[in-house]
Amino acid sequence: MATWTWFHRLASPPHVYAFARRWTPWFGGFAGVAMLVALYGGLVLAPADYQQKDAFRMVYVHAPTAWLSLMIYTTMAVAAAVGLIWRMKVAHAAAAACAPIGAWFTVAALGTGMLWGKPMWGAYWVWDPRLTAELVLLFLYFGYMGLRAGIEDPVKADKASAMLAVVGVVNVPIIKFSVEWWNSLHQTATVMQLGKPKMDGDMLWPLLLMFVGFALYFITVLLIRLRAELLRRERNASWIREVVA
Amino acid sequence: MKTGALEAARLVMARDLRLAFRKPSQLLQPLMFFMIVATLFPLTLTPELSRLRDAAPGVLWVGALLSSLLALEFLFRDDAQDGTLEQFALSGQSLTWMLFAKTCVHWLLTGLPLALSAPLAAVGLGVPAEAMWSVVASLALGGFALSLIGAISAGLTLGARRGGVLLSLLTLPLAVPILVFGANATQRAITGGEIAPPMYLLGAIAVLGVTLAPLAAAAAVRIGLE
Repeated sequence: MATWTWFHRLASPPHVYAFARRWTPWFGGFAGVAMLVALYGGLVLAPADYQQKDAFRMVYVHAPTAWLSLMIYTTMAVAAAVGLIWRMKVAHAAAAACAPIGAWFTVAALGTGMLWGKPMWGAYWVWDPRLTAELVLLFLYFGYMGLRAGIEDPVKADKASAMLAVVGVVNVPIIKFSVEWWNSLHQTATVMQLGKPKMDGDMLWPLLLMFVGFALYFITVLLIRLRAELLRRERNASWIREVVA
Repeated sequence: MKTGALEAARLVMARDLRLAFRKPSQLLQPLMFFMIVATLFPLTLTPELSRLRDAAPGVLWVGALLSSLLALEFLFRDDAQDGTLEQFALSGQSLTWMLFAKTCVHWLLTGLPLALSAPLAAVGLGVPAEAMWSVVASLALGGFALSLIGAISAGLTLGARRGGVLLSLLTLPLAVPILVFGANATQRAITGGEIAPPMYLLGAIAVLGVTLAPLAAAAAVRIGLE
């Protein structure tokens, strides 16, 4: 029994609210430090790429945002599934809080990808399989948020959007595969393929640190949004009065 | 005597077919929409058949997808409004089987006729006659997969105020694989290539859809009914 107390505590909005309030500055602080150090490492310490020169430095923003965009979708789907299975309100709130953050990370990944593509490929947009899959992911986020906004009853909105997130997670690998297959058939002339050379250690550590920093930043924003979400959902509960007073 | 799940599904199919044939104009609407979309492309792109032939897979598949989205609205909407779905859910029969039956009828009445009439549009797009059977087969199989995926989003949007645009917003990203493989099969048929590989993949998606989509649709409909 004792091993499950943490799980049961997660189901209690006041507990989660207090937890989020306590830990937000810590996560935020570490996120800031990690990002600053990684930025210095990536922009100053790392040597220029032999082929892409300094333009490769875009990877320090582009790759972590792209990884996170997918990771946040997975987090959202897991939270949604937990909410569906154990009927946990806090899990639904967390899934709802994930969506806009994930959508913004996807936009950031697409935006930095376009800026990087211009000098490398000679065009802002190339129908590269990874870019295309990322774009479809953005549409999945839009669908999730649209469904949530379209249903007035909050309980129904939670459950229906949770179903959609789970269906989406089954579909994401299929979409990924289909886009790669489609691309291998249609894309004949790419200006320049970005190869995947083995990364030098001096280049790699800022990238990984930047990923950690962005992940911590995601957690920080998630905790803030989760608190707002809990306040809105539990606005009639008595614990809110104690917390706000 | 207790009715089995398959018997319930058969009864639902018979009911839906009978209802549909009493309102034949509703059946023709998606078809006419498809024909109009296919007509717009020669008017906007080029009347040259040789150039239209390159665009034909895209035109046929985007047209089929839009028309199936249009038809999806009718899949559950009327039955949700008059309480039929609620009775289904309360009947003690498997909702999954009944919704699967509804989805099959939906495909029989929209996807299949669309695939069968596609050669009319395809002729106008410069598709060679020997490719027609493959075009019909790919659209029929892809349309079935689209109906299955669409049943999930149609179920999810039952609780929404205005489902129309939302339904498309949910369905389009999920339909990407079907569109990719389907259009590829059609393109291979037109250029005289081997259509088996994309057809197998399309078939795999349809099989996955048959196994999972009715379950998801039933869960979605139950959420909408609560």
